[in-house]
Amino acid sequence: MAVTILIPTALRAFTDRKAEVEIEGRTAGEAIAAFAGFYPDIRRHLYDDDGSLRSFINIYVGEKNVKDASGLETPVQDGETVMIVPAIAGGTSPAPDCGACPDDWGLRP
Amino acid sequence: MSIIPDRRLTELDNDEISRYSRHLLLPEVGPEGQKRLKAARVLIVGAGGLGAPLALYLAAAGVGTIGVVDNDFVESSNLQRQVIHSTRDIDRPKTESAKDRIKGLNPLVNVVTYNVALTAGNAMDILHDYDVVADGTDNYQTRYLVNDACVLLDIPNVYGSIFQFEGQATVFHATDGPCYRCLYPAPPPPGLVPSCAEGGVVGVLPGIVGTIQACEVIKLILGEGRGLIGRLLLFDAWRMKFREVKLEKDPACPVCGENPVIDELIDYDRFCGLTQPDEDIDGITPLELKARLDREEPLQLVDVREQHERNVFIFEGARPVPFGQVVRRMDEFDPHTEAVFICKVGRRSALAIRALHEAGYAGKMLNLLGGTNAWARDVDNSLPRY
Repeated sequence: MAVTILIPTALRAFTDRKAEVEIEGRTAGEAIAAFAGFYPDIRRHLYDDDGSLRSFINIYVGEKNVKDASGLETPVQDGETVMIVPAIAGGTSPAPDCGACPDDWGLRP
Repeated sequence: MSIIPDRRLTELDNDEISRYSRHLLLPEVGPEGQKRLKAARVLIVGAGGLGAPLALYLAAAGVGTIGVVDNDFVESSNLQRQVIHSTRDIDRPKTESAKDRIKGLNPLVNVVTYNVALTAGNAMDILHDYDVVADGTDNYQTRYLVNDACVLLDIPNVYGSIFQFEGQATVFHATDGPCYRCLYPAPPPPGLVPSCAEGGVVGVLPGIVGTIQACEVIKLILGEGRGLIGRLLLFDAWRMKFREVKLEKDPACPVCGENPVIDELIDYDRFCGLTQPDEDIDGITPLELKARLDREEPLQLVDVREQHERNVFIFEGARPVPFGQVVRRMDEFDPHTEAVFICKVGRRSALAIRALHEAGYAGKMLNLLGGTNAWARDVDNSLPRY
């Protein structure tokens, strides 16, 4: 089954700026796993350490959030779209002051 | 049904009838709808990219009371998109600048400014005076704070957020549908994209998303039309594509679910992981790096900025590896030589280090603190800060 994964801007840094890719999979989980296998840098942004989807990532098969269906087991039909929708927070002032990332995030010594 | 009760409606005078005539001509608004707008109290959280069109259109529409919360000052880099502020407003508090512009547009509006950061300590006091809240903030702590306060006070929360070319909009109103926590139970941990991408934004994007929010606010006040409750609108400005997905209430939601466990505001910095320092990442200041380079110590410099940023200027001597490719290209680094990772403000570089660390890279890695902007400030004034 070939499905189209729609990649949000926030994650395109890991996909060579690609906005969509075609991938094989019978379920949403299979398609996303195959996609993450193709772009290994993206994996830690999609999955927790225990392999479950991160809580700021939603996956939609068509219009339906897989959380409200069978989760990653949600079946996908040939030609369907699987859309990744992460939480985004911007609105006021992104870079350079990047309000989402205050200076005291502990990156300083 | 309108969120404004009939008992609060007052008559329109002849000046108001003239000003709002294009509303009065619409049967969906009419004099009664205009009176509801006049009686309405709307709080805009954030006088930035989203807050600008929100405030302007709500003022023009005749919303009687507009509250504006922001503790920021106008900077020149805001003016690319925050159209409520002008060049002459640079260095003024955003709330003051916004108030002047609203009053200039419609002196009938009562503007209430809060030149403070919205916090768990003041949010309930500020929000409880309002009929609807429009969330135009730029960070997860405030998003969750606004959400929880709105659920606890039973106020609809008109949500919009943006990133680069993409926007999201919906209406959270827990009595009628889901809340933000139903959609995203927890924010990205610090240091994981997308929370921390030094992304940029196309200036018209917040104009479009904020205007959609204004439209939703007006429909809630009028009690007319079909609102975005239960629907998440996704907008891609670059492909000019709107999509809509279903948004369902989560019965297990900790604040609006069947057995809520959050019955008062919490510590949102902690919830968003902002209070836990990242002890595994070593930093180097620009001056320290300069000194070590002058001593010709063996170091490999890695510039994780994107190609288009390197077109702004090249960081001399650094190997370009965009941060989204560092794991894939790990073999290009020499684990026997200390590596210094460089980006614009020192956040993507920290992210790259953490990703490499998790991927098993064994070499010593340092993060250039403050990135190229700090380098331009402290070491080489000829370089631009962007």
